[in-house]
Amino acid sequence: MKLQFSIPLSLFAAIVLFSSCQGEKKLPILGPRSVETVTKPDGSTGTDTVYKTIPAFSFLNQDSVAITNDKFKDKIYIADFFFTSCSTICPTMHRNMKEIFEKYKDNPEVMYLSHTIDFKYDTPSVLKKYAQKLGVDDGRWQFVHGSKDSVYKIAEKDYLVAVIEDSTAKEGYIHQGWLVLIDKQKRIRGAYDGTDAKQVAQLMKDIPVLLSEDKK
Amino acid sequence: MRRFLIGTLFLFMLATIIYSCQDAGQIKQDVYYVNGRDLYIKHCQNCHGAKGEGLGALTPPLTDTIFLKENKQNLACFIKNGIKDTITVSGQKYEGSMPAFPELYDIDIAQVMVYITNSFGNKQGMYTAEEVSTVLKNCK
Repeated sequence: MKLQFSIPLSLFAAIVLFSSCQGEKKLPILGPRSVETVTKPDGSTGTDTVYKTIPAFSFLNQDSVAITNDKFKDKIYIADFFFTSCSTICPTMHRNMKEIFEKYKDNPEVMYLSHTIDFKYDTPSVLKKYAQKLGVDDGRWQFVHGSKDSVYKIAEKDYLVAVIEDSTAKEGYIHQGWLVLIDKQKRIRGAYDGTDAKQVAQLMKDIPVLLSEDKK
Repeated sequence: MRRFLIGTLFLFMLATIIYSCQDAGQIKQDVYYVNGRDLYIKHCQNCHGAKGEGLGALTPPLTDTIFLKENKQNLACFIKNGIKDTITVSGQKYEGSMPAFPELYDIDIAQVMVYITNSFGNKQGMYTAEEVSTVLKNCK
């Protein structure tokens, strides 16, 4: 009799253990980090980890309005780099991103930020047309244009995405197809290959994890 | 029991006969179709999608059988030289342009056409490399 009891009991314990593990799930914080000495409220000094964050920026969006970090205040967002005349990886990336966009239609906390790397041709009006044709022009998905320096610098230094203007490439630019997940503190919490269905599926799973983080 | 066995055998024979009836033409089309699929994945799928669904109003779908049928003589030119004019597919206008694929050989174009016109709900049969060569001479 004792033995019979112990089996369901251990099963129950296992279930409790496993389910509590899931509750602990958290996304990693990516990018370089540094340790800084800080003064605590009680006057003593200690050390604190400073994570990489996206610095202040200002770009023109598809409505020719200058937008800054404030647009994404208290939002999580997915950032990427593309150009409208790209026929290689961009359509796949945006097809996948649009799927996420549709899934979180009713959640204003999730936003999208696409930077064009074709600073010559992709003016705000071109971006506007692109957004309308993609069917995502409702403000949650921002398409931005900036000078070559500003966009290429933020791509490589901050979002950690390689972008290159290359005249030998068929369409003039080479870039990586990362979808970069940014949290409300502007830290990088994930980077997913936007052309890979598996990684995009992972991103879809990670968004609720990141959203629930702030609700605790 | 005996009847059942004979019946099964008969059905099996019938199936074998039908299967072997796939003539050389069908086999050639199948070869084109399979090669065309590889070319499609490499050159077309990014924009037109794995199911030929297109992308919003940016890229037309490849599921409009009537459009494909009516433009059968233009498809090779579209692929080789790209499209610059506005086209209407499934009642939706598509502006902008489609890139050209001058690097594709006539046989590649024929194969990718066989794949497209026999996938995504289309069933329009064979298209040969010779037909592509003839059509390409008269592109607008």
